[in-house]
Amino acid sequence: MVITRKVEFSASHVCRNPQFSDEENQRLFGPAANPHGHGHNYVVEVSLRGDPDPVTGMVLDLKELKEILTREIVDPYDHRFLNYEVPPFDRVVPTTENIARDIWQRLEPRLNDERRQLHAVRVYETPDLYVDYFGEHPCST
Amino acid sequence: MFHVTRRYEFAASHRLHSVELSEERNRELYGKCNNPYGHGHNYVIEVSVRGPLDDATGRAVDTARLDELVRGQVIVPFDHRNLNAEVAVFSRTVPTSENLGYEICRRLKQHWKQAFPGEWPKLERIRIGETPRNIFEVGADEIE
Repeated sequence: MVITRKVEFSASHVCRNPQFSDEENQRLFGPAANPHGHGHNYVVEVSLRGDPDPVTGMVLDLKELKEILTREIVDPYDHRFLNYEVPPFDRVVPTTENIARDIWQRLEPRLNDERRQLHAVRVYETPDLYVDYFGEHPCST
Repeated sequence: MFHVTRRYEFAASHRLHSVELSEERNRELYGKCNNPYGHGHNYVIEVSVRGPLDDATGRAVDTARLDELVRGQVIVPFDHRNLNAEVAVFSRTVPTSENLGYEICRRLKQHWKQAFPGEWPKLERIRIGETPRNIFEVGADEIE
């Protein structure tokens, strides 16, 4: 069974690789390379796969899941400039792909146990663009 | 491996009518969708692409290039058109969302290598929403 919980955060970022010239960054990232940055209302959907506990009937108490998501994602990301305030984005370009992977890495050790595993992280940068990340398991390629 | 999905919209009219069936059978089968004057929808399409991360850009797909491909192959030819009358394939094939899904997938696959000449990213699937309640999904591997 897969359960999904959604959280939101608002943050600013700039997509540029310091190894490239301004012109090259502009070509690669378009308006997202504007050095002053810009922002999005990000929406994150976190899915867990597991069996319901025979006593509680729950894969994970949704209240507990909400607390974990708030602590691990919303608190560090919300109302921040990702490049300046949220490692690893001081050295990793904060594309939606890299944000999805960072969220996966933050959550996996907090959620996985013998009953359940993190299944998917979906990050919407806008309602028109989202990334799904299932970890680096060979079966997902 | 990352799965990137981009959402687009176009507005078009169509009529569901099969030349292989009688007038009566068409009316019975397609109901309101068989109205001879046609009707329209705001179609929403989602194009999903998969690929590894490009180390230099931190991205799995150049979305500007994907936009250009989808715009050229789907949005421009379909938007504000009568599909039966103005998109050649639908003069022979009933423009159901299933067939529209196949056609969109086929167009993207045919021009994929021009837009993305490398091994990655690959087209994974397209989803088409005729209305928010009717969604159709086609995997890129399902068609030639």
